[in-house]
Amino acid sequence: MKRSHEPIFWSLFGAGGVLSALLAPILILITGIIAPVGLWMPEHALAYERVLAFAHHWIGKALLLAVISLFLFHAAHRIYHGLHDLGVHAGTGAMTTAYGGALAGTLVSAYLLFLIGF
Amino acid sequence: MAQVKTYVRPMQGWWRKNPFFVRYMIREGSSVFLAIYALILLVGLLRLSQGEAAWNGWLAALTHPVSILFHWLALLTVGYHAYTWWMVAPKTAPNIRFAGREIPEMLITGGGMLATLGASVVVYVIVRWM
Amino acid sequence: MTDTRTIEIEVLRYNPEKDGEPHFQSFEVPFTHDTSVLQGLQYIKDHLDGSLTFRWSCRMAICGSCGKMVNGKPELSCHTFLRDYYPGKVRIEPLNHFPVIRDLVIDQSDFFEKKLPSIKPYVVPKEEKPLSAGTYLQSPEQFHKYYQYSQCINCLLCYAACPQYGLKPDFTGPAALALMHRYNADSRDKGWDVRSEVLNAEEGVWGCTLVGYCSEVCPKHVDPARAINQNKVNSTMDYFGVLKFIMPKGGG
Repeated sequence: MKRSHEPIFWSLFGAGGVLSALLAPILILITGIIAPVGLWMPEHALAYERVLAFAHHWIGKALLLAVISLFLFHAAHRIYHGLHDLGVHAGTGAMTTAYGGALAGTLVSAYLLFLIGF
Repeated sequence: MAQVKTYVRPMQGWWRKNPFFVRYMIREGSSVFLAIYALILLVGLLRLSQGEAAWNGWLAALTHPVSILFHWLALLTVGYHAYTWWMVAPKTAPNIRFAGREIPEMLITGGGMLATLGASVVVYVIVRWM
Repeated sequence: MTDTRTIEIEVLRYNPEKDGEPHFQSFEVPFTHDTSVLQGLQYIKDHLDGSLTFRWSCRMAICGSCGKMVNGKPELSCHTFLRDYYPGKVRIEPLNHFPVIRDLVIDQSDFFEKKLPSIKPYVVPKEEKPLSAGTYLQSPEQFHKYYQYSQCINCLLCYAACPQYGLKPDFTGPAALALMHRYNADSRDKGWDVRSEVLNAEEGVWGCTLVGYCSEVCPKHVDPARAINQNKVNSTMDYFGVLKFIMPKGGG
């Protein structure tokens, strides 16, 4: 029997799963619900200067890259396997789109973080 | 196996036939919301790199009712992901005993949920006040 | 007068020589507070329709023969009681994800002839010892590492529960993978190397998406989901060449 290459994708899925289990709910709540309506979150919390300062710092860059990349890899793995659960046999095309998409998102994020500078 | 004409039952709609499977599909489906949210953040990063006006445009778009609705649904489904993640995490643990007793699954699950709560508090405090 | 009531039992019927497809047939079956679903089936066969065909043996949840789908859930029919379904009806079908041979009897050969043998379900001795060396010694800690996985009665409820097995029967499946772990984790066994080819394959642990229903339905609390998923960690470490640091002699 052929050895599966799943360990690579499963590791990324697992890392993304832990990170999203820890951070996704609060990030969604803050950026998507309470900051836009100004509830328990003042106007200036997500102001340009503040967020830019965060993205300038190497810790900020690492966190932003980790969040976007690992969330995408976690979702790619689940969506790809979910297609199989739904009876859709999409094969290598689906695999390339899913993980390729996550990789593209990772590379774009890294590039933007570089562009943003220090 | 002898030459008997066996009947193979179809798998169509398998997950709709048992509430356990419906919950499983919701858990898996949460990843769609997570992916879209990650892309929203990616667009935010792009707007951040394009200057203050672009960034404020992104912030303004987040106030749109469709966006608020999406984020409510995302919060619910991704929250369910977080809950189920910690519930199944003990299944990856080896069977080792500590002080002669099996480590209770609730320790890992509870620890994980506390970690989510703790991380959430930390993030909120940082965004709000620091 | 005893508290005898009747309940409707609806059974899947399939005669390969006559039917193109299965159909359902209903029977009214008398029951008391301790009548099992199996006894309901036996009543039908003894008094109402002798042609009803189904497997059973011990009547006490240890032989693993009587697995059926009861109202859509995999159960041991000797271990499930009609009183819990009354006044609703009880729908009995063959275990899911297996071909139906006749009525409630499934073709189990994929498990017994292919999946189970493929994982080498026997101790492959770590070291060859002569009889004169005496018996193996095993500490309670060593025993604990595999004990729960040794409780499997091969009833196949977990295969009926597993949608991945239903969608792709190539998957080795919960019970076989749990038994694989049982031997890998046994200190007397050579361990990892003996069974890693199957374990590391797509048909091995990587066919599982942790639906977790297998562990829900297991009547012996084997927890196959745990056997499989802890081995995803091991398989990953093996893939990246670091397993040998955790399992120096390939043992469990």
